[in-house]
Amino acid sequence: MGLIQIGRHEKDGTSDVIITTIEKAVNWGRKGSLWPMTFGLACCAIEMIAAVSSRYDMDRYGAGVFRASPRQSDLMIVAGTVCRRMAPVIRKLYDQMPEPKYVIAMGSCATSGNIYDSYSVVQGVDRFVPVDIYVPGCPPTPEALFDGILKLQERIMLKRVFLRQPDQVKPGLKA
Amino acid sequence: MSLQQLASRLQENFAAGFVKAVEWRGDLAVTVTRDRLHEVAQFLHNDPAMDFDYIVHVSSVDWPDDEERFEVVYEFYSIKKRHRIRLKTRVPESDCIVDSLTDLWKGADFMEREVYDMMGVRFRHHPDLRRILLPDDFTEGYPLRKDFPLRGKGWRDTFEFLDETAR
Repeated sequence: MGLIQIGRHEKDGTSDVIITTIEKAVNWGRKGSLWPMTFGLACCAIEMIAAVSSRYDMDRYGAGVFRASPRQSDLMIVAGTVCRRMAPVIRKLYDQMPEPKYVIAMGSCATSGNIYDSYSVVQGVDRFVPVDIYVPGCPPTPEALFDGILKLQERIMLKRVFLRQPDQVKPGLKA
Repeated sequence: MSLQQLASRLQENFAAGFVKAVEWRGDLAVTVTRDRLHEVAQFLHNDPAMDFDYIVHVSSVDWPDDEERFEVVYEFYSIKKRHRIRLKTRVPESDCIVDSLTDLWKGADFMEREVYDMMGVRFRHHPDLRRILLPDDFTEGYPLRKDFPLRGKGWRDTFEFLDETAR
């Protein structure tokens, strides 16, 4: 069964009935209104800004409403090199986001630390926040970020809404 | 005043503390002994012919094989006279402390703190000598020293804000 099936009305045969599951409808709503958090750390942020601007227009995928507050957003795009001193801040922002929330590690630095194998650079943000999508590139082009967003939307469609999810790795904040 | 004149003027006034002056590609770098650093800087700051009113940067170099291991490098610029000078001094590892120049240039404050933070050279009479880039409770040492391991000593992989039991 696909996302939506067009049904025929019994009386006159016009196509004004749609059949779907509530779960898919909810997921469809969620994937179509991703609200990312403004979160630029380094050069990747420039590509992220380009992706939102008019030439590329991330709003086409329903992910263009960048919020300046974690409490209003459900997608965190970690765009750039994360230093160890920044890590608790990112974790705090992540903890403040309402569920359901998603994390995209944008670029080599956020994914693995890139070439910065130094004492101060965190070797991948997945060490302290759960990451849904990794976008490769240094920095990734807006198209690459779109690919990540579309992949995330595919993933969102597979989520269970009314059944219990398998336990995910979600480290809590220390009191 | 040409760089040559500037260098010879310094040499005349501070013969005792003067180590060397190197001019390279239009830049003048003068090395002085540590005990005369503040005097020389004061002269550069106050003398009307020098008039270095702007501090460009404070940095440091680690020469691990040398007796006087650390080199503190100041760079001054005169906005009015439009000339610049680099002032260097060397300190041994056993006693790596130099006089702070914050009383002459307020701008030296943060830059000296950075040198202290990354290289471990301390500054006498500095008003607020704390770490500036790294956290105050950083215990691994001074990362810009040549004997500091490139990948650090584990700090980058410790996330004490994560609850271990929840993982």
